[in-house]
Amino acid sequence: MSDAVALTWKQYRLERKMFWRNPSAAFFNFVLPLLFLVGGGAILHGNQSDLNKLVPAIAGMSVMSTTFTALAYNIVFLRERGVLKRIRGTPLPTGSYFGGVAMNAVTNTALQIAIVVLAGRIFFGIGWPAHWGELIVFVVVGVVCFAALGVAFAHTIPNFESTAAYVNAVFLPVVFVSFYAFDTANAPALLRNVADALPLKPLIEGLYGAMVTGSSLSSNLGALAVIGLWGLFGLYFAVRGFSWEQRRG
Amino acid sequence: MRDLSKRYGEHEAVRGIDITVERGEVFGLLGPNGAGKTTTVEILEGYRKRTSGEVSVLGYDPARRQIELRKRIGIVLQSSGIYSHVTPREALQHWASFYPAPRDVDEVLRLSGLNEKADARSRTLSGGQLRRLDFALALVGDPELIFLDEPTTGFDPAARRDAWETVRNLREGGKTILLTTHYLDEAQALADRVAIVKNGRVLAIGPPSELGAHPPGAAQYTIAYRDSNGARIERQTEDPTRLLNELTSEALEKDESLEELSVGRPTLEDVYLELTADE
Repeated sequence: MSDAVALTWKQYRLERKMFWRNPSAAFFNFVLPLLFLVGGGAILHGNQSDLNKLVPAIAGMSVMSTTFTALAYNIVFLRERGVLKRIRGTPLPTGSYFGGVAMNAVTNTALQIAIVVLAGRIFFGIGWPAHWGELIVFVVVGVVCFAALGVAFAHTIPNFESTAAYVNAVFLPVVFVSFYAFDTANAPALLRNVADALPLKPLIEGLYGAMVTGSSLSSNLGALAVIGLWGLFGLYFAVRGFSWEQRRG
Repeated sequence: MRDLSKRYGEHEAVRGIDITVERGEVFGLLGPNGAGKTTTVEILEGYRKRTSGEVSVLGYDPARRQIELRKRIGIVLQSSGIYSHVTPREALQHWASFYPAPRDVDEVLRLSGLNEKADARSRTLSGGQLRRLDFALALVGDPELIFLDEPTTGFDPAARRDAWETVRNLREGGKTILLTTHYLDEAQALADRVAIVKNGRVLAIGPPSELGAHPPGAAQYTIAYRDSNGARIERQTEDPTRLLNELTSEALEKDESLEELSVGRPTLEDVYLELTADE
């Protein structure tokens, strides 16, 4: 067991090393959400109630991009390049491998949430999160959910060349629908229902409660349940359909 | 392995293979592309589940994928990748940490000829250097059984000789090696015993030299000469002694000589081509 723990740590260290050495990964993870914040902030110029919504929305998007997007990309890349197959042939325990990969994603999410929270405090007058505990609960559940969905989604992507198309075909509409429904009280019912059924808007609402309004966790249990259900769905397909190698033929 | 079979839907990739590889032996699976070599090896490596038959690798059933077994085997896949942003040294250090008694990373780097590129990102490595890294990663755990799936396909002659040298050194170190290849000379040069495989079946098995000497199936000796008119004659036989006797006595009776007389023993190549030819 201690072996497996030590190997998880080693895998995590390697993942971190690779992350920092890959400029585009680092860019997408840290610069992009900041650009969104700055851009959004400029458009809303000082309307505090809008800024109050912008910051948790970007935080929610960050959770999705650091887990769902990043893992789908990585897994397809490693699978198509034959790295996963090579790892599969070593004594590295499967749990240690995925433990290291997951911890890496969690680290990125945590760093991004910290950046967004800090930016909200410094530039957008939001103050420190009202409920740290609630923030952590939603981030953790969000990470598990979107990480599992990212791994599961990787199975549907046939080759590395089409990864960007597949990922964006999900990421962009989900972000758009969720942002729109979250921000617009009188959004069309259909759009609202779709957004409520997807995991991103509930996550943003939970973060909004935790970071801004200070509404209690118990008032957001419905949102938590939606995210949790998506997480279970994702975990089931992530494990069930996992492929360590390129499809044959 | 006994009576090993693997079916993909309607396609039977492996149909009843019986092979026992001895410890310390270099065993070659020789056959054309699509013969079922890789499928067989990947069942032994634990990548695929067999449809039927019995398999034992170092006493383990590879389908159960026990970590204990994987600590004792090294795998060079036909093709596999490595993280682009790590160096060979880092990759080897990481891989070494998976095994109970790994080899020294610096030594492995030196032996595999990767010294100069030890600290370069692996995405800057050439194809040949990446293949060396494949070998190095498979060997860093100091495994007792090594699988090499087409280890030199696409190599230039120098790299090929280096790879052969590596295999010979491993053999001298007492390792057991199972290698697949579609190169005859490679099987002949490296393997203690060879199994010729086609359509998922073993057609012949034995030391490369004996496969030539006692041709299974219809592989034949060739006796060639020029007759009195100077025409070149080639005769095939499974019994060269008798035919030679007939030809020479006939010639002596007529007081002729058999110019350029030669007896060709079937080589592994003849056996291979004969066996793997399409009916």
